[in-house]
Amino acid sequence: MTDRGTATAAPENAPEQRRFEERIAADERIEPRDWMPDDYRRTLIRQIAQHAHSEIIGMQPEGNWITRAPSLRRKAVLIAKVQDEAGHGLYLYSAAETLGVAREELLDLLHQGRQRYSSIFNYPTVSWADVGAIGWLVDGAAITNQVPLCRCSYGPYARAMVRICKEESFHQRQGFDLLYTLARGTEAQRRMAQDSVDRWYWPSLMMFGPPDSESTHSEKSMAWNIKRFSNDELRQRFVDMIVPQAEALGLTLPDPDLAWNAERGHYDFGTPDWDEFMQVLKGNGPCNKQRIEHRRDAHREGAWVREAARAHAAKSRARSRTAAA
Amino acid sequence: MSGQERGSAHAGPDTALAAYVLRLGDDALVASHRLAELAARGPQLEEDVALANTALDLLGQARSLLTYAGSLEERLTGVLRTEDDLAFLRGEDQFANCLLVELPNTDFAHTVARQLLFSAYQFELYSRLAGSADATLAGIAGKAVKEVAYHRDHAAGWTVRLGDGTEESSERMAAALEAAWPSTAELFASDPVFAAVAAAGLGADPPELRPAWEACVDGVLAEAGLARPEVPPVTGPAGRGGRQGVHTEAFGYLLAEMQHLHRSHPGALW
Repeated sequence: MTDRGTATAAPENAPEQRRFEERIAADERIEPRDWMPDDYRRTLIRQIAQHAHSEIIGMQPEGNWITRAPSLRRKAVLIAKVQDEAGHGLYLYSAAETLGVAREELLDLLHQGRQRYSSIFNYPTVSWADVGAIGWLVDGAAITNQVPLCRCSYGPYARAMVRICKEESFHQRQGFDLLYTLARGTEAQRRMAQDSVDRWYWPSLMMFGPPDSESTHSEKSMAWNIKRFSNDELRQRFVDMIVPQAEALGLTLPDPDLAWNAERGHYDFGTPDWDEFMQVLKGNGPCNKQRIEHRRDAHREGAWVREAARAHAAKSRARSRTAAA
Repeated sequence: MSGQERGSAHAGPDTALAAYVLRLGDDALVASHRLAELAARGPQLEEDVALANTALDLLGQARSLLTYAGSLEERLTGVLRTEDDLAFLRGEDQFANCLLVELPNTDFAHTVARQLLFSAYQFELYSRLAGSADATLAGIAGKAVKEVAYHRDHAAGWTVRLGDGTEESSERMAAALEAAWPSTAELFASDPVFAAVAAAGLGADPPELRPAWEACVDGVLAEAGLARPEVPPVTGPAGRGGRQGVHTEAFGYLLAEMQHLHRSHPGALW
């Protein structure tokens, strides 16, 4: 990783450090050319890269159903959605590049397993309804996480998130619409939809990360206005959103502890299986190896193409220099 | 399988138009499907976006054309087949797409070669159809020609990059062109359906498209430093090919994958 100069909290940086802290306190945006602490830069690179990786790994479970989509309309919608995710990957890698790191480096870190992507994509899409459940639950959880990021202190990330959130909310609606249609379809379609919600509900709750008491990165991110709400606050917000939506769908959420709590003004809900979460995070989920191998294969198979593009660009430059001379 | 789809010698303008529009729709549908297979498999992220975008444009064309083919057919038979009926409930021998679009994505060069040769053909075709005496077809083609111009430029750009790039890329691009080239003759072969729509001012007679297509492709190959492959056209059984419902072996697998879920739930809505 190439750092743009030293930016530690050493005494010689004291005025910059103070200015940075004042701007954070005033809820101002930090821009790429501004001084920032090393830690702030590292935290952002880690988070934006993980987010970008999640977008491009997330293309796989849904891409899995493009060639089998059961109507041409759904096929068009799904291709457009997967294309949006590639586009989100592009915005996010570009946002990370403003912090002085190249996309190639970040992809290498992903391929070497040294940077993460959202663990949810290590679950398989085994039925068409999973395309709907990913849209409704996974994109729904992602939006809950991401809307506050539109106000993140780092300008390029915040601006990328504004556009991404608009498209994500469209994705969530298509997922809901897909499940709504299945839930009102044949008995087999209804079963397919319920089975899918049964499998994706708990993993989607895990997307907000471990409980606040065990979250490792939260405190600093909150202080820097990168993160605005805690994992548990966001998880609660998500559950409050999906319970009435599940009722509208006519599908059941597989959580016996789900109940309205009038005193709190929120739904109570059960505890996800955090052991399962840790296992999948460690690489033992159903698709961890498959997802990363797919990425590595696509990257390796594309190497000669990227090399050819570079060679052609170099030759073209040389030719135009010769012509100009 | 009706005689109109195969191209009966007695096709009148109405039956010929229905068969013609179905051919165009099948071309776009199958070309789109092959590109869509590459989701999350592009050599770089920009290509994931571009290939999906092209697939989406072609699918949009396919939907308009198949819907229109279904309505033309209904006027003749009284039975309506929707875009989904036509896409998911016909067998291999009822598809009338050309063989070029069903060639597999062996490597990125094969995808680029197929897309260059097909987009250049679609560009010449839609340019003419934008002036068709059939207002619906003219409308569809008028919109599609703008999309196809981008597809052609995109494929041409990659043909040049790969042809001019490295020794490996140049060899791969040449091999891919050689693999696709024999299937291009079919694009320019006429038959009674094509002749009937051309005579009525509704469609284009394929041989007329050839000179402009050759000029375009030759120009790209020259810039890429590649030679036009010298390989003979594919010879089908009794001269039959994709337009007559005789396809490549790979096409059966494409349809099996595409149609499986839809066919597993007869009558279901999605």
